[in-house]
Amino acid sequence: MGEELYKEIILDHHKNPRHFGTLKKPTHQAHLENTLCGDEVTMQLKVEGLRIKDVAFSGSGCAITIASASLLTDAVLGKSLAAVKKLGTKDIDKLLGVKVGPAREKCAYLGLETLCKALGK
Amino acid sequence: MIRAMVRNDFPILRRRIHGKRFAYLDSTATTQKPLSVIRAMDEFQRKYNANVHRGIYTLSEEATELYEGARKKVAQFIHANSEREIVFTRNATEAINLVAYAWGRANVHEGDNVVISVMEHHSNIVPWQMMGRELNYELRITDVDAAGLIDLRQLEQQITKRTKLVAVTGMSNVLGTMPPIANIARMAHRKGALVLVDGAQSVAHVPTDVRKLGADFLAISGHKMLGPSGIGALWAKQELLETMPPFLGGGDMIREVTLQSATWNDVPWKFEAGTPNAVGAIGLGAAVDYLQKLGMGNVHKHEQTLVAYALKKLRTLKGITIYGPLDARKKGGVIAFNVDGVHPHDLATLLDREGVAIRSGHHCAQPLLRNVFNVMATARMSFSVYTTKRDIDQCVAAIEKARRVMG
Ligand SMILES: Cc1ncc(COP(=O)(O)O)c(C=O)c1O
Repeated sequence: MGEELYKEIILDHHKNPRHFGTLKKPTHQAHLENTLCGDEVTMQLKVEGLRIKDVAFSGSGCAITIASASLLTDAVLGKSLAAVKKLGTKDIDKLLGVKVGPAREKCAYLGLETLCKALGK
Repeated sequence: MIRAMVRNDFPILRRRIHGKRFAYLDSTATTQKPLSVIRAMDEFQRKYNANVHRGIYTLSEEATELYEGARKKVAQFIHANSEREIVFTRNATEAINLVAYAWGRANVHEGDNVVISVMEHHSNIVPWQMMGRELNYELRITDVDAAGLIDLRQLEQQITKRTKLVAVTGMSNVLGTMPPIANIARMAHRKGALVLVDGAQSVAHVPTDVRKLGADFLAISGHKMLGPSGIGALWAKQELLETMPPFLGGGDMIREVTLQSATWNDVPWKFEAGTPNAVGAIGLGAAVDYLQKLGMGNVHKHEQTLVAYALKKLRTLKGITIYGPLDARKKGGVIAFNVDGVHPHDLATLLDREGVAIRSGHHCAQPLLRNVFNVMATARMSFSVYTTKRDIDQCVAAIEKARRVMG
């Protein structure tokens, strides 16, 4: 089951996180820390005409934190603001392809929480 | 010597986790319970349960006798002069808070100071911060080096005539190091300060003799020494307890109550407001019996053998960082470590799938991790009487596998 949680997709996004870095002129951004373990994520967005024109994230943490943030950036790029604002934890489970379980939820949802904070949600 | 058969006394260790043999390596967080503890608690609830100290009838008298008998066992276990020196609490944290609130409020004033080390568990930091804000005293923090040794020179300078208390751990729950309490107590007493030892770990892992320890207060945790959760104790000399105002108010802690005021019961009951956790105390008493049968000297030796073995095995792995001393003789049964390229949370999840339970995170010692080692989280394996070399082998194999998965 360990290997099931640490699927190819999670390992891949952990090792090669997408959109990792910073944007020049973000319209929205936020930073959150998981005080329990020190994981941290910064999300930056460039919103134009109610669409996510560009997105970037940075931070450090465990594979679940990084992979789920990375998958999320892939998922929101080009989407409408309205659609992105509807995203919930279930969507993260879908992106990860697995439900991480209570001990690791904080890690899995840190990226999403940061995104919500950036969008003032 | 402690034989591997001891493991059979702990029913939970027969569980299989994810279909694998269960290697429980998180005894610093809480220990598992031997059958004798489980049975003693079960028997108490089946045959003797009644409110202690209150009834005139047979059952209440028997329950009281068992509860007070448990107090006696704890007293003897740490070589206290009398059972009157043992106050039952919920846990070590409450024991420390009792001192901070009851003794602290009466004895620490504006302009005074309290000294702790950077290596403390949050439970020996936060109460002193909270009381410091209320009482306006200064909280002084003594450094610890990467080997887990307290800077005794700095400590000596920090202890002044205005120092009321030095509060240090008897054994770090991260590094396993044991500060030289007798030395520290001499320094403190010379300046008129008292000494509190957070014995949550030390009492569970090494022989404790309060007559030689040098401390004035000792906080004890039941669930970390094979007892149940919800029971702990504070040890202090009877004369000292008698000078202290009560902590919580309520039943049992009073002698007489009028509508205007109350007079206090004798110590230690003065500090035990409300119906106590009698079944927990009985469990702790049974845990003490169990440990005494093994012999705490043997327990310590057993854990040192395991630490030496685990350190040797861990160091054969590539990319392992071990925090604290590498000499097993300098520590108790706990090893904090990190594996390059594998976050401790990922490691703990992957190990769990191999039946191995380790802790990951900051171990309630954020200042130590951050200020001394500059990390936010580590993995940690820790041992108790039932730990075997096979547990360690299983863990090391699982670490190698985790690294392959994350590689
Ligand atoms: C060194 C140390 N002090 C205090 C505590 C708190 O103990 P308790 O859970 O009994 O309050 C712990 C346990 O986590 C500990 O390891």
